Amino acid sequence: MTHTDSTPRSFQEIILRLQAYWAKQGCAIMQPYDMEVGAGTFHPATTLRSLGGKSWAAAYVQPSRRPTDGRYGENPNRLQHYYQYQVLIKPSPPNLQELYLGSLKAIGIDMDLHDIRFVEDDWESPTLGAWGLGWEVWCDGMEVSQFTYFQQVGGHDCAPVSGELTYGLERLAMYILGVDHVMDMPYNDPDTPIALTYGDVFKQTEEEYARWNFDVANTEVLLRHFEEAEAECENILAQEHIDPKTGKRIIMAHPAYDQCIKASHIFNLLDARGVISVTERQAYIGRVRALAKQCADAFVQTEAAGGAAA
Amino acid sequence: MPDLLIELFSEEIPARMQKRAADDLKKRVTDGLVEAGLTYAHAKAFSTPRRLTLALEGMLAESPTVREERKGPKVGAPEKAIEGFLRGAGLTMDQLEERETPKGNVYFATIEKPGRPAAEIVAEVLADTIRNFPWPKSMRWGAGSLRWVRPLHSILCITSDENGAEIVPLDVDGIASGDTTEGHRFMGEGRFAVTGFEDYEAKLKKSHVILSAEERAETIWADAQNLAFAQGLEVVDDKGLLAEVAGLVEWPVTLIGDIADDFLNLPPEVLQTSMKEHQKFFSVKNSKTGRIEKFITVANRETKDNGATILAGNQKVLFARLSDAKFFWENDVRTAKAGAQEWLDKLGNVTFHNKLGSQAARIDRIAALAREIAPFVGADADVAEKAARWAKADLSSEMVYEFPELQGLMGRYYAEFAGHVAEVAAAATEHYSPLGPSDDVPTAPVSVAVALADKLDVLTGFWAIDEKPTGSKDPFALRRAALGVIRLILENKVQMRLIAPGSAVHAGFTMLVTAKHIRGMETKKVDLLSFFHDRLKVFLRDQGIRHDVIDACIAMDGNDDIALLVNRAKALQAFLSTDDGENLLQGFKRANNILTQAEEKDGVEYSYGADLKFVEEDAEKALFEALDKFEEPINEAIRSEDFAAAMAGLAGLRAPIDAFFEAVQVNAENDVVRRNRLNLLSRIRKLCASVADLTKVEG
Repeated sequence: MTHTDSTPRSFQEIILRLQAYWAKQGCAIMQPYDMEVGAGTFHPATTLRSLGGKSWAAAYVQPSRRPTDGRYGENPNRLQHYYQYQVLIKPSPPNLQELYLGSLKAIGIDMDLHDIRFVEDDWESPTLGAWGLGWEVWCDGMEVSQFTYFQQVGGHDCAPVSGELTYGLERLAMYILGVDHVMDMPYNDPDTPIALTYGDVFKQTEEEYARWNFDVANTEVLLRHFEEAEAECENILAQEHIDPKTGKRIIMAHPAYDQCIKASHIFNLLDARGVISVTERQAYIGRVRALAKQCADAFVQTEAAGGAAA
Repeated sequence: MPDLLIELFSEEIPARMQKRAADDLKKRVTDGLVEAGLTYAHAKAFSTPRRLTLALEGMLAESPTVREERKGPKVGAPEKAIEGFLRGAGLTMDQLEERETPKGNVYFATIEKPGRPAAEIVAEVLADTIRNFPWPKSMRWGAGSLRWVRPLHSILCITSDENGAEIVPLDVDGIASGDTTEGHRFMGEGRFAVTGFEDYEAKLKKSHVILSAEERAETIWADAQNLAFAQGLEVVDDKGLLAEVAGLVEWPVTLIGDIADDFLNLPPEVLQTSMKEHQKFFSVKNSKTGRIEKFITVANRETKDNGATILAGNQKVLFARLSDAKFFWENDVRTAKAGAQEWLDKLGNVTFHNKLGSQAARIDRIAALAREIAPFVGADADVAEKAARWAKADLSSEMVYEFPELQGLMGRYYAEFAGHVAEVAAAATEHYSPLGPSDDVPTAPVSVAVALADKLDVLTGFWAIDEKPTGSKDPFALRRAALGVIRLILENKVQMRLIAPGSAVHAGFTMLVTAKHIRGMETKKVDLLSFFHDRLKVFLRDQGIRHDVIDACIAMDGNDDIALLVNRAKALQAFLSTDDGENLLQGFKRANNILTQAEEKDGVEYSYGADLKFVEEDAEKALFEALDKFEEPINEAIRSEDFAAAMAGLAGLRAPIDAFFEAVQVNAENDVVRRNRLNLLSRIRKLCASVADLTKVEG
């Protein structure tokens, strides 16, 4: 990376610049969802808000967990806990590509020196029953983002269509900061009195979680939690739309969706523990998808989706 | 006559769809125009990552006026009939013409459809083309309902002639046509207007866009070669990759980079596959050592540091990718050195097909078949079995999991570490061949044995469970497998029966027959043989062998020996193309017709030997002598499967047979003489039938 005045100096500076940039573009800067998820897409600000006819614009950092990717903090690129930066705008604006390129500029990528390419990559999430068309964006041959026009979520056609941008923050930051091992990356300003690297913040937790994910997590408890989350999700959605206490129409799409997220993450943990066979795997994914679909069905009837008020 | 220029400008179109899309644009628009009467002199279509372009030269300025004459009712016909006719033609009574016809006076209408201006037609056809474009996958965006491969941003549509250019007005879902476009995403300078194709192409080039995909590919290839040559190296040819890369850039800039020393000892195919699949890099090899030492990447722009930053970035990504490949290679080599039992065990858990068991079960069958086939192809049965057991082991390796296209090839590399002999190693790669009709066929005996075993197992397996190809559906590529068997047999001259007891198909079915879902093994064998025959007909037809000649040979015994069958067919076709052959065929047909009729009439079969003492005519005697002379040599030639010699013998009969029919009346008055002559003809029929079933030959 060539360093100019506009080159950020730390991981957090890149995040802060993205926040400032997208805030300036009119996005609501949301906070990470307070549950374990595998990717920024799971945040209800994306999954649920991409449904229905109401306009929406949000951007946020989402800590994401992929238990099977744990490498005890030793692999230069792989982590079981990492950050995604997520932008969702509905309807997708005509200049979304330009807005996206503007964000790269904002985090210090000099467009006159780099080769940015949009390479076909269709996105599909079997657990969310979602798909879209778009690209992976390459900077000098490295994938730095996913760019997707959502076509379907939870089995529902997206109309209008949302444009979704997902940045893999660690990888992007390592490239911009010229770091070869994620743990060596400056987390805050390297000249600050208490300078911290990514490793200072996360090396130990990567070890702890890798051990727990792979060898210790109680699979019986997890299996039970999966069943309970599934049952609770269905229980929530089975309730009458009219709340008997307040007399208001309250469809509990979000609480139900929380249970769906929970089931999805438990499935990932079970997968990492190696207790799910190849054939069972499809069945579990199918069960989570069924929940996601029911949550989507519920959400589209709510006011946030512009659903019928009756 | 005006020219027409159309450009559909969008966000990045997947590289693999561009060429087809340009062709579809050309076809749909020109078909639509021609159908509406607008002909043109010349059409060209282009594609870049962001645009599809169509340029038409010499288009009519308006569609021609069309006159249509319609015959109506008779003069004096009921009012209602005349009214109906007028309504249909859109005319009034005074516009009709009365004409005399043999059936009396009749009303005639002349309907004139006036020509329409080109712009009107172009607008309709283009709007329709855009709305119904046959993208393999399309999408919606924003709040609109239009579907395109990625968001469509602008439509340029102009006609131009010596008086200047004019916009063809149209609007598709809020996108209005205009005369402007833009150049390169990063190196261009905003939108600009164009006045015609030449102006458009030139302005694009100034804005750093090479419109023609061929030109981009040529530029890339020439630059890549120069960069490699300059370092004494050579670019590995890859047409598919070149076409793809040409579809990823509008302004190609070719850069050559280093591969870190750590990776230079990986197999060249691994380097090549990893670089191509993940990074779309070309491989650059040292032609002396065969090693891949550098890579070529194609950027989409020039930079003020001459690509230094871009190259450094690409090199860094490559380092990470190849670190993965190296990790897989080292793990695999460790497993192979330990005997690779782990891989074979894993294949027991991989389902080949739910009715045909695991990959491990399939390997057991292939191993047994390879043993059976080995003696026919000159291979050692033990080595063939070992090769069959190794051939699929690499499917469990980490490298093949990552790069499935390296199956077989990795098996060859790993065989060495697992302590296998060279034949076993070679068979791991070669047993998949031939994959297509032009793919090379293996010749090493062990490879041939395993290749045949592999394909025959697939065929017997799917025949056993009734999963045969139907119509265009052949999900398990069984036609390809059958053709592979045919080519392996023919090109290696393997004399081997396919379905007879003791054959490989028979053995294959026998291994599967214990399973309870398999019934009617004999019927299935016969059905599979006719599948082979069908494939063989297609294959031989491409080699110029007539279908009726093949049918004549398929009708003979031993038709499951493909090599024998083809030898027979080739000899017969050669014979039939000679004068002797053609005449002999006629002679045979005549003899056969006379015999068949007589046999039907008399209710007997004339197959007794004719007797010389009842012979009356010279020509009859000469035929007798000729048959005596040639019969045994022909039979001998057939026994030794020398069909050319058998045909040569038949050629010797041509003249006597011709002379016989010229001079002799078979149906003589004297019944003894007649029967003797019929029995003589029966000798001809029998002799010919031992060569091929000539009744199936046309002509």
